Amino acid sequence: MIGLEDLYREIILDHYRTPRNRGELETPPAQRVEGFNPLCGDEIIVYLQVDDSGVIDDVAIGGQGCSISQSSASMMSVAIKGRTIEDARKLIVAFKGLMSIHETEIGGDGSEAALGIELEGAAEDMKLGDLEALRGVVKFPIRIKCATLSWNTLAQALDEAAAA
Amino acid sequence: MTLPAAIKSDFPLLDQQFHGHQLVYLDSANTSQKPQVVIDAMADYYEHTNANVHRGSYELAVRATAALEGARAKVASFINANSDSEVVFTKNATESMNLLARSWAETNLSAGDAVVISEMEHHANIVPWHMLRAQKGIELRWIPVDQSGHLDLSDLDRLLDGAKLLSVTAMSNVLGTLNPIAQLSERAHAAGALMAVDASQYVPHVPTDVQALGADFLVFTGHKMLAPMGIGVLWAKAELLDAMPPFLGGGEMILNVTKDGFTTNEIPWKFEAGTPMVAEAVGLGRAVDYLSELGMDNVRQHEVELTAYALRTLTERHGDKITIHGPTEPAERGGVMSFIYGDVHPHDVAQVLDQSGIAVRAGHHCAKPLMDVLGANATSRASLYVYNDKSDLDKLADALSAVDDIFSF
Ligand SMILES: Cc1ncc(COP(=O)(O)O)c(C=O)c1O
Repeated sequence: MIGLEDLYREIILDHYRTPRNRGELETPPAQRVEGFNPLCGDEIIVYLQVDDSGVIDDVAIGGQGCSISQSSASMMSVAIKGRTIEDARKLIVAFKGLMSIHETEIGGDGSEAALGIELEGAAEDMKLGDLEALRGVVKFPIRIKCATLSWNTLAQALDEAAAA
Repeated sequence: MTLPAAIKSDFPLLDQQFHGHQLVYLDSANTSQKPQVVIDAMADYYEHTNANVHRGSYELAVRATAALEGARAKVASFINANSDSEVVFTKNATESMNLLARSWAETNLSAGDAVVISEMEHHANIVPWHMLRAQKGIELRWIPVDQSGHLDLSDLDRLLDGAKLLSVTAMSNVLGTLNPIAQLSERAHAAGALMAVDASQYVPHVPTDVQALGADFLVFTGHKMLAPMGIGVLWAKAELLDAMPPFLGGGEMILNVTKDGFTTNEIPWKFEAGTPMVAEAVGLGRAVDYLSELGMDNVRQHEVELTAYALRTLTERHGDKITIHGPTEPAERGGVMSFIYGDVHPHDVAQVLDQSGIAVRAGHHCAKPLMDVLGANATSRASLYVYNDKSDLDKLADALSAVDDIFSF
């Protein structure tokens, strides 16, 4: 039987209780992107500051939601801080793979489809670390959207940062 | 005891286990479960009576037509309509409300005309008016909701000044609040406006008399009152329906069609284009019979008692941890209880309860403007119906303790 302990792992509850990188960043220079889950009203705001060399030098998370969406956002913020935009994109693909979502397209437009496939291979080397704790979410399909909310918002923020 | 003690056994779906626990279904404001007699009536229709209606001259088609029109007559008498022709079958309450907006309001309202609704409306009584506003430039005015979960009517005269329609829910699907519809109808009429009622949460739970409510339009949905999904009702006064243009065009709704045009059928068929949902109507007719056999006064009485028990038990067991929205007086509300448990997110509360076999809804309940008023993104909601009893609420109170075990910081 699937138990709640598969969902509410200690590390998840820890990130929920003590969210990392919680707050706001000044815009500009930071990008600010909001994500909504219309089903449950959860809301995530991702602030992303990228330096000239394409490295994410700061990130902040705002908004409110359930333990899964909040802890996923917190862990994501830790995982991407100090990484390049490209690595962050690979992490998105790796995380979505963990959630059993296999996308060949990661950007907003079809031109990135090929890049997506490439990333799926590259993503296999990405270390998810603490994020692995969210693996149990797959057993609770309606919560997958909670876990991926911040990542979809991040994808949009990365697109905007890359375009800026 | 106002309802039969063994009533649960009328509902086969309830006899199931989830995660090793007997199902405790507390989501009837979302959709109700169906008694065996309704399921049987629909199966029987397909086994013995099915044919297209209003079209065949053979005996089977006559019987199918009689089944559809018989269901209409049952619904008409259940809400004390003046005539069967005032009952229009639709897909659900949402379609009924859209029919009202697209047909009556689109014809009778012009730019600048006001429609008054309230902050506690379901999206079904908000979005059609937003759409009409975008299309025709009507004005949308809002009756506020006060801290106790009641409508704040102190400014109603001003809101109704020059309005063409007041459209309000008879019972909130979030707060459970019962609104003073008869009084609101009077005030609307005095101001020269018509009165529409979203009775989706009301007709299933409270004896309903459209005459006593003084309404001009009233909408509800079958699946919340023990009937199948896929059938709803728009009730309106015959003279209003007569004057309204059709909503959808096609078969059934015409008297004659030529290359030059068409003439419309009589009411209610004028609004029922295409082959209708006959089995669903039969199911609704049987559900109405079932509720009438229980007695709607008893249904209401049962829910008042159970709501009182729920409010008392949850507060006694969980004290300040639990915040239950809406009126505190059971007589002023239905058995819909939205609550917040500590600072645990409603999604997490619902997830933990599910593990004990308890089904509650978490989310914004299709009432986002009201959630803004409550200052919440979401709530958990337990809602009652005829098959619930005190043991269901004891189990809810017990299972909430498990939320603490996981989330107490
Ligand atoms: C107050 C209220 N109005 C309208 C509706 C819409 O009902 P339906 O989805 O069956 O059209 C609901 C149910 O969700 C409701 O609670």
